[in-house]
Amino acid sequence: MTFGLEIRDVTKTYGANTVVKNVSLTVPHGQFVCFLGPSGCGKTTLMRMVAGLETPTAGRILMNDRDITDTPVHRRNFAMVFQALALFPFLSVEDNIAYSMKLRSIGPADRKARVKELLELIKLPDIGGRSIGQLSGGQRQRVAIARALAQEPALFLLDEPLSALDAKLRDHMQVELRQLQQKLRITTILVTHDQREAMTIADTIVVMADGVVQQIGPPTEIYRNPANRFVAGFIGQSNLLDAIVADRRHVTLGGGTIETGTIPAHLADGDAVTLSVRPESVRITRTGMPGACNALAGRIGFVRDVGGHIELRIDSDCGEMIATMPPADWAGIGTGETIAIHLPPDACKVLAQ
Amino acid sequence: MSMAARRLRLGVLLSWPAFALLGLVAVPALLLIRISTAPLDPSGLWGSGLTLRAFGIVAEPEVMGALLESIQMAVIVATISLLLGFPLTWLITRMGRRAQVVWLVFLLATLSLSDVLIAFSWQVMLSKRIGLSNIFVALGLMDAPASLTPSSGAVIACLVYLVLPFTVLTLFPVLSRLETELIQAARTLGASPLRAFTSVVVPLTRGPAMAAFLMAAILTVGAYVPPLVLGAPQHWPMAVLIGSAALAGHDLPRAAAMSIVLLAATALFAILTARVARGRKT
Repeated sequence: MTFGLEIRDVTKTYGANTVVKNVSLTVPHGQFVCFLGPSGCGKTTLMRMVAGLETPTAGRILMNDRDITDTPVHRRNFAMVFQALALFPFLSVEDNIAYSMKLRSIGPADRKARVKELLELIKLPDIGGRSIGQLSGGQRQRVAIARALAQEPALFLLDEPLSALDAKLRDHMQVELRQLQQKLRITTILVTHDQREAMTIADTIVVMADGVVQQIGPPTEIYRNPANRFVAGFIGQSNLLDAIVADRRHVTLGGGTIETGTIPAHLADGDAVTLSVRPESVRITRTGMPGACNALAGRIGFVRDVGGHIELRIDSDCGEMIATMPPADWAGIGTGETIAIHLPPDACKVLAQ
Repeated sequence: MSMAARRLRLGVLLSWPAFALLGLVAVPALLLIRISTAPLDPSGLWGSGLTLRAFGIVAEPEVMGALLESIQMAVIVATISLLLGFPLTWLITRMGRRAQVVWLVFLLATLSLSDVLIAFSWQVMLSKRIGLSNIFVALGLMDAPASLTPSSGAVIACLVYLVLPFTVLTLFPVLSRLETELIQAARTLGASPLRAFTSVVVPLTRGPAMAAFLMAAILTVGAYVPPLVLGAPQHWPMAVLIGSAALAGHDLPRAAAMSIVLLAATALFAILTARVARGRKT
């Protein structure tokens, strides 16, 4: 028995256009899962199929082992927070939150008590009587969340609800949303194109591109061991270099040989692959480290000091690379100077093209 | 130019439509009141002096019956146009840009037809020899071709045809702006399709829907040719009686009094409708 949501071989096509291709995944009870991908990757369509607002062309959707593919939206009891929030402009904050309870014929006294409770949960106890037009962006956000939670949903769906907020408020809301989810232990799916947001709040990230699931895993796992070139490029920054497998521990690259971490078994010697090195793993010195392998030569093209860390653009033997480091580790080498680059073997990930 | 003078000039510039309206509406209205209180003078249009003789119509069952007929027909026509116009407008707003333009141009084009032409077209369409009844007979719905006029049904059909473009144009802005996400939100919150309609679409469109209803009702009250051409004399509404009093009876004071009674009844009807619609607001 699967306790939670299960998506089984779901496909969605619009005419000749396939937007979701054969997606299978499970969202275990109580987990926070992010559907992450660039716009047009099918993540929103997948969520709308879970909500029941779209019908899958093929495949099944199950909740706690019960097939809900043909269950109409209003019988699923899945709450959804829309990107534009979709608060009812003709109702007060209180009536917006009470809407689902009214539909379930919950009495006025119980409704009032629950609205009060939810307003306290979203830390806005005094706004019940206001109209939607009187609220700020952040307040609307929270009211939309409260309205969705009022029905005590089996599944909580969020479709990029934070994208309209400014950066600072968004960071704040991400943390708050995560705390709220942990407090209520509610199974949640968040759709986002913001990898930082996904890294901040998800237990599990589902990376999607072109309607296909690229990788599923915890944020750190996806960051450290991306499954392919797309994931490595989309999650955080990475230097992606074209290489060819030489043997089980080496690839050839720009005429030289690089020692790497373990090369996945499905990649054979002679295969064209991508070498991925995170910018923070790239070591830069003036003269090179004696005896170090994986040494490349380069020239600093641009130095960007953003305070918290230093970012370098390097013209290397193998094309342009990015390196980042804490200010304390920065030797103060200026633009145009030649440098030695060292790529620690464990930080060199070999990925399928 | 001083500030005060400039303000005065702006005031004059902006207020001329108000004066024009006053002249074009108030003067004929006052004239109407004057005529309705004048004695009948067979040699002229109306006589001098003051009398309430013409308002004796309020005691005439025939006239009051026609007034009732007018109001009843207005309610029926306005209700049917709203029931037809709402889904039609909804459909048009969900079409592509080009299809929308074609539909709106088509609806506007029907407004350029004279109501006389439309009324006689309906008469032909409902006639015994070449009318719709022949198609009904072919379909097995009727036994023999028959003339479908004069009848209340024919009048109502023609009036709905006449007012439907106004209904669609009144509803079009609000329905094209309606966010379908609000309906979807209601659905995820547990509302059935019908409940989502009554709890989200109705409050969002109540104002324009009421305006469309009232406009259809008022246009119907004022309609003269369709009931005259397509209706049975025993069901003639007030507008036709006013016409015959003025044109056939040469009794302008009587026609003016009838007009004032009809105007008052229509205004009362509009106020009551507006109040009922607002009263249901949650």
